[in-house]
Amino acid sequence: MEIRPIFSSLRRHRIPALLIVLEIALACAVLCNAVFMIGQRMANIHWPNGIDEAGISVITVNGTDAKLAASNIPRDLAALRGVAGVTAAAAVTSMPLDQSPALTGFTTTPDGKTTVNTSVYFMGRGGEQALGLHLLQGRFFNAEEYADSGLKDFQSTAHVALVTASDAKRLWPGKDALGKQLYANGKSWTVVGVVSDVLAMDPTTSGPGGRYSSVFYPSQPDGMMGNYVVRSAPQDRDRIVREAVQTISALNPGAVVEGKTYARMRSDYFANTSSMVWMLVLVCAVMLAVTVFGIVGLTSFWVGQRRRQIGIRRAVGATRGHILHYFQTENFLLSTGGVVVGMLLAFGINLYLMQHYAMTRMPWYYLPGGAVALWLIGQLAVLGPALRAAAVPPVVATRSV
Amino acid sequence: MFGYYLDLALRSLRRNKVLSALMMLAIALGIGASITMLTVLHNLSGNPLPQRSGVLFHPQVDPRPANLPGASKEPPDGLTYLDAVNLYQLGIAPRRAVMSANWLPTRLDAPDSPLAMRTDRATTADFFAMFDVPFVYGSAWSAQDDANHAQVVVLSKALNQKLFGGADSVGKTLVIATKTFRVVGVIGDWNPQPHFYDVDDVNDGGAFADAEQMYLPFFTWLNLPQDYGYGPMRCWGNDPNAGGHDPKAKQCTWAQFWVELDTAAQVDSYRSALKQYSEQQHQLGRFQRAPNVRLRGLLDWLDYKHVVPVTVRMQTWIAFGVLLICMINTVGLMVAKFLRKSGEIGVRRALGASGRAVFLQCLVEAGVVGVAGGLLGLPLAWIGLWMVRQQPVSFAASAHLDLSMLGAALLLALLATLGAGVWPAWRASRVAPALQVKSL
Repeated sequence: MEIRPIFSSLRRHRIPALLIVLEIALACAVLCNAVFMIGQRMANIHWPNGIDEAGISVITVNGTDAKLAASNIPRDLAALRGVAGVTAAAAVTSMPLDQSPALTGFTTTPDGKTTVNTSVYFMGRGGEQALGLHLLQGRFFNAEEYADSGLKDFQSTAHVALVTASDAKRLWPGKDALGKQLYANGKSWTVVGVVSDVLAMDPTTSGPGGRYSSVFYPSQPDGMMGNYVVRSAPQDRDRIVREAVQTISALNPGAVVEGKTYARMRSDYFANTSSMVWMLVLVCAVMLAVTVFGIVGLTSFWVGQRRRQIGIRRAVGATRGHILHYFQTENFLLSTGGVVVGMLLAFGINLYLMQHYAMTRMPWYYLPGGAVALWLIGQLAVLGPALRAAAVPPVVATRSV
Repeated sequence: MFGYYLDLALRSLRRNKVLSALMMLAIALGIGASITMLTVLHNLSGNPLPQRSGVLFHPQVDPRPANLPGASKEPPDGLTYLDAVNLYQLGIAPRRAVMSANWLPTRLDAPDSPLAMRTDRATTADFFAMFDVPFVYGSAWSAQDDANHAQVVVLSKALNQKLFGGADSVGKTLVIATKTFRVVGVIGDWNPQPHFYDVDDVNDGGAFADAEQMYLPFFTWLNLPQDYGYGPMRCWGNDPNAGGHDPKAKQCTWAQFWVELDTAAQVDSYRSALKQYSEQQHQLGRFQRAPNVRLRGLLDWLDYKHVVPVTVRMQTWIAFGVLLICMINTVGLMVAKFLRKSGEIGVRRALGASGRAVFLQCLVEAGVVGVAGGLLGLPLAWIGLWMVRQQPVSFAASAHLDLSMLGAALLLALLATLGAGVWPAWRASRVAPALQVKSL
């Protein structure tokens, strides 16, 4: 395909050609950044979590007398284990992603300092099994440790703790975390086990350091443990939540009992994020639609203007394919100009967002990705007008206007 | 002449339906997207209490230890219990209110009435007058009630509806966290957004949380036998009690404090009183830092706390990017449209119309496209806002199209298209008549 005639023709329509280039450039820049943001947020939504998310349901009890609550816990747990399909049940103070952060800064020396906020979980006997914690190293708590421990002013009176793999690596880089001492607020605990990464109670606001920073303590039943974790096969969850709420309500007539599956807790936590994703997807769709309208409109205009020339070309031997390719190549050239400018612009916008909105750097492959998308969209938009151009009969050349 | 141009514009738009429709649709989409986001932004950054915002101030002091890793220069948002009590007793401001929030198990004072968790705000008597809270029944409690730790409660209209079917419930009793409380008042509709007096509201929703369901005297609330948290508690230091649920802990800030200061002189004297207080605490050895106080007005406070979510600001930028693309698109399409009419314009010029007249004619046509696009964009913005309202985010409920935004939408559409139309119209007015007439 000869591209020189295309250039000379575009030179005579400088401004409309420039407008198409500009439009494609802007669309490319916004598209790259929007898709990047969508990708990042999708990654948040899919943050892995080292508990049995699919099998867990959480029953929350509020409004019972704190002193009585502790003694009710064994009775309630026995009743929960009696619900058909429940494989494990335990009481815990809070859950990953429950947005009521109980945070402490842990260090490896008695007077160390840290800026990482670690989520702190107290769990009753069997908590490891009920949560489905995944042991990587060391051991879980034994019965004695459960019996000896409790909480006082939200500090553990235990001597042992479990840490996550990320924390083990962050606190003791290159060393074995087992047997090491963990310090906070003038107290210390021995690490007896390392579990795979569990999400923090509020990971989007904990920063990268705090996202997988969690410490687990054993504890006797305590009034602060307002959540029962119930584990079952995933297909039984909904029924078990219903039955568990009934069971616990019947046992605690004065209490406010609520239950939900962990899957629901997770989607509630990320509801905001997924709404942002949908918004961005919609905006991208609108923008691409408008870009297509623009290309269709301008190319149709050009085709209309050049009917006579097209007729002459056809009359002197150009095939329909030639005409079709002419417009397709023209659009390809304009798109190329657009995406080159667009990629620069996208990079600039990303830099700006990095400075003002704490965005991270866009990986390089988003740029060619956006370019290819706009090339395809350009070709798609031009197809209709180009086909109409190709359908112009040669006889047009012989008619005056 | 305008009427004639309008007629010409309508004729011309009808002649090339596809191109006209594309232009209008593009403008409509751009306007729909940008007005949706502008409305959200407008509602989120609005003044929650226009009649009172000028006289409400948020005092802050800095009780943190001198060397705290990762500490910012700004004092903490909340106050410790001790500072809250001290500042509350500092009788300089005409009105002041100390407050926090949590939720408490509540039921009617009747056998086997079911318990339910109700959100509550614990505050002091001046809260209602300071924040212009209207009362439907009864009134606020008195400063005396605060001092006596009286067990009284003020209900929101919605909770009164739920518990008492909307009847005058003053004098009735409720059991809140096992204690008996007497209803002294029911407030009317009152829900300033953003929720400025507690932007880190613990009851889910942060700066765009709904107002609480009931109001309790602060000091009574503090002594309740049940612990459901004490608001957004922030603690520091290697103290065995840090992070505990002790609201009176020295190293935990959580109480919110607001004062009303009616004149500039009062503001100045309050600011120096805060400094003096810090100085005094410093000398007592309780504050380790030099006086570091803030006294922000309501709107400054909202600004400082960045209550408008970053995602919303970002989406607004993106929406304007889309509008820009739509405008460029319209410029392109209008050039195409006007140049297609070159023959017609040539005839008009040859018959004596000035370049100016042709320019005006083309601008009128652009304006018609703009108004049509804007009108088409309004339902799109309405759909967009409807979709925002379906989102499970805290600020979603406030996304409504009001009259001023409606006007803004139409104006924006008109300006955008006129802006987009200037260059194509100018280009059309420069058509050489001779050339066009010759080819006819």
